[in-house]
Amino acid sequence: MKNLTDQKSAPLDVVLLYVVVCLGALGTLLATAFSNDHLFRLHGWVGIIAFVLAAGVMTVGISWGRFRSPQTEYEDGVVRAGVIATMFWGSVGMLVGVVIAAQLAWPSIFYFPDFGFLNFGRLRPLHTSGVIFAFGGNALLCTSFYVVQRTCRARLAGGIWPWFVFWGYQLFIVLAATGYLAGITQSKEYAEPEWYIDLWLTIVWVAYLLVFLGTIWKRKEPHIYVANWFYLAFIITVAMLHVVNNLSLPINWLGHTSYPVFAGVQGALVQWWYGHNAVGFFLTAGFLAMMYYFVPKRAERPVYSYRLSIVHFWSLIFIYIWAGPHHLHYTALPQWAQTLGATFSIMLWMPSWGGMINGLMTLSGAWDKLRTDAVLRMMAVAVAFYGMSTFEGPLMSIREVNALSHYTDWTIGHVHSGALGWVGFISFGAIYCLVPWLWKKDRLYSDRLVEWHFWIATTGILLYIAAMWVSGIMEGLMWREYTPQGFLANSFVETVSAKHVENIIRTIGGLMYLTGTLIMSYNLWRTVRLPGPVAGEVPVPASAKPAIA
Amino acid sequence: MFKSHGNLERHSILLLLSILVVVAIGGIVEITPLFYLESTIEEVDGMRPYTPLELEGRDIYVREGCYVCHSQMVRPLRDEVERYGHYSLAAESMYDRPFQWGSKRTGPDVARVGGKYSDAWHRDHLINPRSVVPESVMPPYAFLAKKELNLEDVEAKLATMTKLGVPYTQDMIDNAKVDLVAQSDPFSADGTKLKARYGEKVVARDFDGNPEALTEMDALIAYLQMLGTLVDFSTYKADAPENLR
Amino acid sequence: MSGLTYETVAKFAQQGGTLYFAAIFLAGLAYALWPKNGETFSRLAQLPLEDAELTND
Repeated sequence: MKNLTDQKSAPLDVVLLYVVVCLGALGTLLATAFSNDHLFRLHGWVGIIAFVLAAGVMTVGISWGRFRSPQTEYEDGVVRAGVIATMFWGSVGMLVGVVIAAQLAWPSIFYFPDFGFLNFGRLRPLHTSGVIFAFGGNALLCTSFYVVQRTCRARLAGGIWPWFVFWGYQLFIVLAATGYLAGITQSKEYAEPEWYIDLWLTIVWVAYLLVFLGTIWKRKEPHIYVANWFYLAFIITVAMLHVVNNLSLPINWLGHTSYPVFAGVQGALVQWWYGHNAVGFFLTAGFLAMMYYFVPKRAERPVYSYRLSIVHFWSLIFIYIWAGPHHLHYTALPQWAQTLGATFSIMLWMPSWGGMINGLMTLSGAWDKLRTDAVLRMMAVAVAFYGMSTFEGPLMSIREVNALSHYTDWTIGHVHSGALGWVGFISFGAIYCLVPWLWKKDRLYSDRLVEWHFWIATTGILLYIAAMWVSGIMEGLMWREYTPQGFLANSFVETVSAKHVENIIRTIGGLMYLTGTLIMSYNLWRTVRLPGPVAGEVPVPASAKPAIA
Repeated sequence: MFKSHGNLERHSILLLLSILVVVAIGGIVEITPLFYLESTIEEVDGMRPYTPLELEGRDIYVREGCYVCHSQMVRPLRDEVERYGHYSLAAESMYDRPFQWGSKRTGPDVARVGGKYSDAWHRDHLINPRSVVPESVMPPYAFLAKKELNLEDVEAKLATMTKLGVPYTQDMIDNAKVDLVAQSDPFSADGTKLKARYGEKVVARDFDGNPEALTEMDALIAYLQMLGTLVDFSTYKADAPENLR
Repeated sequence: MSGLTYETVAKFAQQGGTLYFAAIFLAGLAYALWPKNGETFSRLAQLPLEDAELTND
């Protein structure tokens, strides 16, 4: 096959993207010019800036003969960009989380009556989307691009298009985030962005699927490694969920408001079919892919049972998709759907623990590394948290338990044990592995800082989830408490004020977790700035280097 | 070489298709019956689409993210029914786009908050929640009382709802702006026509206590004051076989 | 649509669903445990550990 680098003119993939970017600039310009909706125009301006900047950069790049894709090298630039974006958005998303936790703990200090955009209702979607889609999404994007290249022994497909996926996804994040602050939302949890942002994400996602699939088609290995199965399931299923759940009709093609196609009870089930599987396929399948590559790699041992990983894969994706209705117990959703959802949620315990066992047992024979290698320990603790929250989840989907736990802080605690413990820690572990590999360093700047990160963040998680268990169960019991005379014992606001201490502890826990992330960012930045081994020079043995930190 | 390459491509497409089949089945089996089973939504008396002012108020409720802390779904549990009122029916959210059932009660359920407090209480509470409930952790919404309600989109909103199946009549769409203004003014000459279109129970008041301006506060309180008040529970038989699901 | 009552849907979900689920599960299990696939799997498991750089071919 003839290599594109041999050609003088710009490669086809670059020309195609250039056309798309110019059309995007023209389209956003026209939409902004003709719209009467000032919020829509605000986003129009964001689009104009993004597309014009991209067109400018591409014009310069093309005239300088850049954007070649040598097939003899991995495309690691986009992975490096993804690592940076992951740490940046992670810090932002977690900071917003600490702010809204503080708002609930000290409402008279952290609210500003004249600035509606800083209210809890607008910042909470910013926090959830920030950590799930911006932090988690970028972690998935960059690790999937890394893993698929290594396990297929092929450069990413599509030439420059992986960069479109990356920057297109960042544009989606900026549109979503600014939209929440400005009050642009369709109020579907974890799917709040309005119709035109959803359309943009669909385009980016299709490009992502094609880049990923294209790389698999180019592979030099006859088989597809199981981590790629999980990534593929994540990409396809999220596409399906995203498209169905966001079906809506705008009131005006140049305005931000739209109304969803599904109303009331149907809307609720579609939303929680989406919502639960955003957890199942975004926050679980994608991060399991990370586990199946980075844990064996770091432990220097093959996965405990490849057979188990296959059973794990099919049973997980099959069972997960049914579990959504457990979010709607005792609601106006017909009971057969609730029962079905709960049954599958309980069955889900098995494949989840199959995966946990597979991850943890990969370390068998390497247990001693957990003592010395904080990165591996972080991933092991992540898998343990995965096991814990996938036990708690089925428990909470039992109707009688759910009657108590639903609508309370218990749910918030459950989510955070999965999000901070599992998703956060497995991502941190993967990125601690990736940075020295990507920037060609033989080590991290400081292993002691990793230890600090590990212990501060772990303590933070424990404070957070313990506080939420206490406050959640307490308020659930207080809501249903009766006096001996048979009257409700507590007014609602008494259950609010009872949680004050737990709200403070939760804020502290979140702050500790954020601190850990900032320590990590600093450590990674110093790692990138370490002098690397220069080509042709004899690498200096680690012992000869000055001791650091 | 070329042939085996083709084989491999088919292999990944096969994997892709298998994943799609496996993940699609759950949604199809659970979701589609809800559109066909007649028992999904009860037959009740009293449900009507939102008036233009209530709809604008509802959109503000959505915009401010109220659903993040307030559910609109009373479960059939003893304490909830005693605290909030009759448990919620599917029929009560049949015109809700998007639905606002919520998932968390950092504040109380508001499915039946309509009529429980005065307009003045709502206004004070929204401007500064801690002025009426000292322990509250709710954000202040003082800016709503200062912000004029945008009337530009209301016809388009009703028309879009109609396309999605909400039974607004052409008459309602054409008079959306008139009805909206009429509902915020108890002395409006158009009040009788508003009631003719949306029913006798529709209340026309100056919800925010400021007759000078039609504000977002007017719209939001109008919405809150009608929540849960539509269904006539004197004619609803919870034990009737058609209502058991 | 009068034939679709709660009972028929529940029956379908419970009986048909169980059979369908069992069939899928057995198919997956058979693939995973098929002795002939064992060699492939053990080679695949080593994949992440071999970190070859890309070469021109």
